[in-house]
Amino acid sequence: MTYTAWIILTGVLVGVTCGMTGALLILRRMAMIADAISHTVLLGIVGAFFVTQSLNGIPMLIGAAIVGMLTAFFVQLLDSSGVQSGAAIGVVFTSLFALGVVLLSFIGDSVHLDVQHALMGEIAFVPWDTLILGGKEAGPVAVWMLSGVFLLNLAIILIFYKEFKISTFDPQMAISIGVPVVFIHYLLMSMVSFSTVASFDSVGAILVVAMLIVPGATAYLLTDRFGLMIILSAVIGAVSALLGYGFAVVMDVSIAGSMATATGFLFGLAFFFSPSHGLIAKWVRRKNMQKNLNEEARVS
Amino acid sequence: MNALEIKNISVTYDKQPALEDVTFSVPEGSLTGIIGPNGAGKSTLIKSILRLIPKLSGDVKVYGKPYKEQRKMIGYVPQRSEVDWDFPTNALDVVLMGRYGHIGWLKRPGKKEKQFAMECLEKVGMQDYAKRQISQLSGGQQQRVFLARALAQDAQIYFMDEPFAGVDAATEKAIMNLLQEWKKQGKTVLVVHHDLQTVRDYFDHCLLLNKTPVKFGPTDKVFTYDNLQETYGGALSILTQESTLLQEG
Repeated sequence: MTYTAWIILTGVLVGVTCGMTGALLILRRMAMIADAISHTVLLGIVGAFFVTQSLNGIPMLIGAAIVGMLTAFFVQLLDSSGVQSGAAIGVVFTSLFALGVVLLSFIGDSVHLDVQHALMGEIAFVPWDTLILGGKEAGPVAVWMLSGVFLLNLAIILIFYKEFKISTFDPQMAISIGVPVVFIHYLLMSMVSFSTVASFDSVGAILVVAMLIVPGATAYLLTDRFGLMIILSAVIGAVSALLGYGFAVVMDVSIAGSMATATGFLFGLAFFFSPSHGLIAKWVRRKNMQKNLNEEARVS
Repeated sequence: MNALEIKNISVTYDKQPALEDVTFSVPEGSLTGIIGPNGAGKSTLIKSILRLIPKLSGDVKVYGKPYKEQRKMIGYVPQRSEVDWDFPTNALDVVLMGRYGHIGWLKRPGKKEKQFAMECLEKVGMQDYAKRQISQLSGGQQQRVFLARALAQDAQIYFMDEPFAGVDAATEKAIMNLLQEWKKQGKTVLVVHHDLQTVRDYFDHCLLLNKTPVKFGPTDKVFTYDNLQETYGGALSILTQESTLLQEG
């Protein structure tokens, strides 16, 4: 495959993986936890490096999942002990992220891992870091990791589809029929952590947030079906990646930045033009209703 | 036979006790109204029985066996305000959720389940709204969708949290009919209820609750002026209307 094709594939995988996971976060009104986890996983990655002394994918995923769940746990703990929920997320996320930054400075220049890279990523370098299987190059490491996480998240959503649905819509009823609601919550938190770590290298922590939140929020405006919303969110993530890449190449600007901007652009389109929830559709409905009322008033 | 045996349930919120030492047994096939002032712990009682909130102590037996083993016999209708009605789904889908406890792992509701869910919607007069997005239903219609979901659960014991709150006359009637039908089928129902005026019409048993049970028993024995006064304490003004009703009755 060509250099360009690898970059596009990476972007699309980020969009699809984060998109479908993010849809679940949006429905649970937990968009900001994506912001928190996407930053605190840095601590997990640095921690995994301290333990294994390498930037190997699997320990990084495990480290990130642990810190991701800790983030969710601490936020919940502060929240339920009376700290404002916005403040709870803010406190946990900044302190764990900062701890990651401090630990990172111990590592020094010996390894390719720094704050700049963690925050911004660089998708253009993805094709150079290839996986060697049996002495042969087998494609970029990032693509392997993203594909793995994509399949894992897809499997989790398919297996726990009913459980995600009912514990999001009506958690009380879910508990009463024996759905393990707490387990489902932390399962989603680890899905978010996995997605973040896998996307981390290519688009960076800040832009992962865009892919986790915006496609889901866009899909929410476009459909009234739970399953369709997850699929749409994944598609919107992928389309954002494609649009963003095209724009970046034509204008010669940051690829990851363009991809995230594209998510915002698509959201804007849905916000104004969605046939069911769009601003214009709402305005037209209102006008029609007014017209009807006026006519009724004239008739009587 | 007792459908439900509650022993020594206590619950605290932070430092304040919400329920103290609640013990009572509910006979099979009875319709029980749970009555008491605001903050008496009516919803808390239901939630602690269903294990939605942690108990400080206490034990629940369903037909003589621990709650966990009998989960499939239990149906729950939460307060309408406790769920997210903007969730992307339609009325039929919500009713199908009532089948989730029966379907088991990895399986999706099939044709049979969907047909059953439709029948449940018909029973509450909502069949025409099956494909309607739930946020576009009125409050009463949403409550009826909840009733249909409870029907779909096909439980033996139902817990309902203020089903009559803020509903229209048609829905009130639908709830009434359902309660009577369940009673005929030998099902046991416990309902958190606010409106004292309708207690005699709706329920054959009453639990008068104010953090701890004041009285439990058949409505005509328990629902008396003295007992209500004891339950509501100093809040007599609210009771004036009811007291006249009671004396006339």
